[in-house]
Amino acid sequence: MATVSTTPAPVAARRGTTPLRRSQARTAWLLALPFLLLFAIFTIGPVLASLVMSFTDMRSTDLRTPFAVDPAGVSNYVDLFGDPLFRKVAVNTAIFVLVGVPLTMVLALAAAVGLNQITRVRSFFRLGYYLPVITSIVAVAVVWRFLLQPDTGPINQVLGLVGIDGPDWLGSTTLALPTLIVMTAWRNLGYLMVIFLAGLQTVPREMLEAAEVDGAGRWQRFRYVTVPVMRPTLLFGAVITSIGYLQFFEEPFVMTNGGPLDATRSMAMYVYDQFGFGNYGIASAASYVLFVAIAALTFVLFRALRSTD
Amino acid sequence: MTTYTPPTATAEETAERDAARVGGLPPRAERGSPWWLYAVLGVGLLVMSLPFVWMVVSSIKPEAEVRRVPPTWLPETVTTENYQTLLDRLSFPTYFVNSTVVAVVVMLGNLVFCSMLGYALAKLDFRGKKVVFALVLGTLMVPGIAVIVPLFVLVTNLGLANTFPGLFLPYLVTPIGVFLMRQYFLGLPDELISAARVDGAGEFRIFWNVMLPLTGPALATLALLTFLASWNNFLWPVVVAQTEDRYTLPVALALYSVGQNATQYGVLLAGAVVVVLPVIAVFLAVQRYFVQGIAMTGIK
Repeated sequence: MATVSTTPAPVAARRGTTPLRRSQARTAWLLALPFLLLFAIFTIGPVLASLVMSFTDMRSTDLRTPFAVDPAGVSNYVDLFGDPLFRKVAVNTAIFVLVGVPLTMVLALAAAVGLNQITRVRSFFRLGYYLPVITSIVAVAVVWRFLLQPDTGPINQVLGLVGIDGPDWLGSTTLALPTLIVMTAWRNLGYLMVIFLAGLQTVPREMLEAAEVDGAGRWQRFRYVTVPVMRPTLLFGAVITSIGYLQFFEEPFVMTNGGPLDATRSMAMYVYDQFGFGNYGIASAASYVLFVAIAALTFVLFRALRSTD
Repeated sequence: MTTYTPPTATAEETAERDAARVGGLPPRAERGSPWWLYAVLGVGLLVMSLPFVWMVVSSIKPEAEVRRVPPTWLPETVTTENYQTLLDRLSFPTYFVNSTVVAVVVMLGNLVFCSMLGYALAKLDFRGKKVVFALVLGTLMVPGIAVIVPLFVLVTNLGLANTFPGLFLPYLVTPIGVFLMRQYFLGLPDELISAARVDGAGEFRIFWNVMLPLTGPALATLALLTFLASWNNFLWPVVVAQTEDRYTLPVALALYSVGQNATQYGVLLAGAVVVVLPVIAVFLAVQRYFVQGIAMTGIK
């Protein structure tokens, strides 16, 4: 390979239209082409098509003739918001995000702060906490469904040992959603923990020591030094987790099938179900509501993030 | 939450370890840690790992023992019957091969195409560069659920429903991959390119033979992320794979777990082991590679 000698020629050549500049542009577009082509066909195109489809009466019978469908105005959206089930799944999804995100963040932050204090076997702990993140949600959901079995499941068995009569976690309309939230927090906290651990490295030690000299206790140092410094990291974690939780799907699919009585049915499941029923227009409209919610959340939180700089 | 596979986790982790290396000691470590902290973290570790231990242990118990009350912790009888059922009756080998083929193709596609665009955005001058980069950034967060219906219509009309290309084509490129590779290329010195140009190398050769070989750690990260995302993906495969010979592992496991095999605990747990263990193995193996990559770049 060539040595790293200083050659002034390319710097001068970069100004103006030289053969070098033209060959660079040609190479750049050739390099960009496969990505742009695949991305246009399989991501950008469908994002736009989804919006268009949500204003048509497309059904599964139109699958082979997607351009022959009739415009339907906003009727899909009217139907959607008039559907009590859609309102129910929207509320379920909102609860899932509003409870699940803070829960996951608090657990992850506690784990990160704890790991940051210890000296030995830290990477071992970190790996252990991280493992659920990389595993298939489907597989994890299967395992948890059995762990949570009311009669034979280990969780109620253990509760029985200390005299607690464990409930039917997934069969109860009041407990099923909170149970799924806790399980999802269990699966995802390792991811946030790793991000928060990285964020903790950005807290200047001098600031913590100065605060200690000034008489600040552990909690005060955490609250008034660590948290403010980590604010961008915490916001990033909140955005990423909210976006993920808005789409929650596999857990109810495998563990409750949306039940009991739609107590755990999510917006993503609603889209999937409508798609399965062949109501492509309504499914597109529902998916766009979800998409807009995700986009809005991303925008709002990143604005907040920028204002802290 | 199909698309919610940690996009930057391992990169963050790598960065963190890097930072720790540069910064020296971990902060506040010198004070020593109280025993109770280890105890609390240890209990946490148990909560995080016991479901997996229980999964593996139960998968080698006979069906009756899996359901016994009170449960046995260690199997009284060790059996492979659950795995035999996966092999003989439920064609899990097919699903395993399907998952592997799709994940490997997705991984290779991302390695090649994302590094190509990442390099162009980081190191080449061209008109429209800003627009392309804005497009990549602006679409980082497109959720799979938002495109599922038109994607199915498209793939069906291309004649690709229930085919391997139908399974992998939509995932061959990801914006996060471009972002990751661009960031890594930005950190490589321009002088390498200038020198190669002086030596008469063409632009494409400079990318492929000079610059790309220097991106090992970033490629490893990208490979891991895209392989895992594909291996665990569920929403799209469950829509596009319509017959059993095209199921991927999560699709098969999910459909069996809600279908007529729903009550075969042992078999389903063995299925979960087959989905989860390879991923853990790959992760542990590549983690070591990350450490090596950092060590190499540290020496360099």
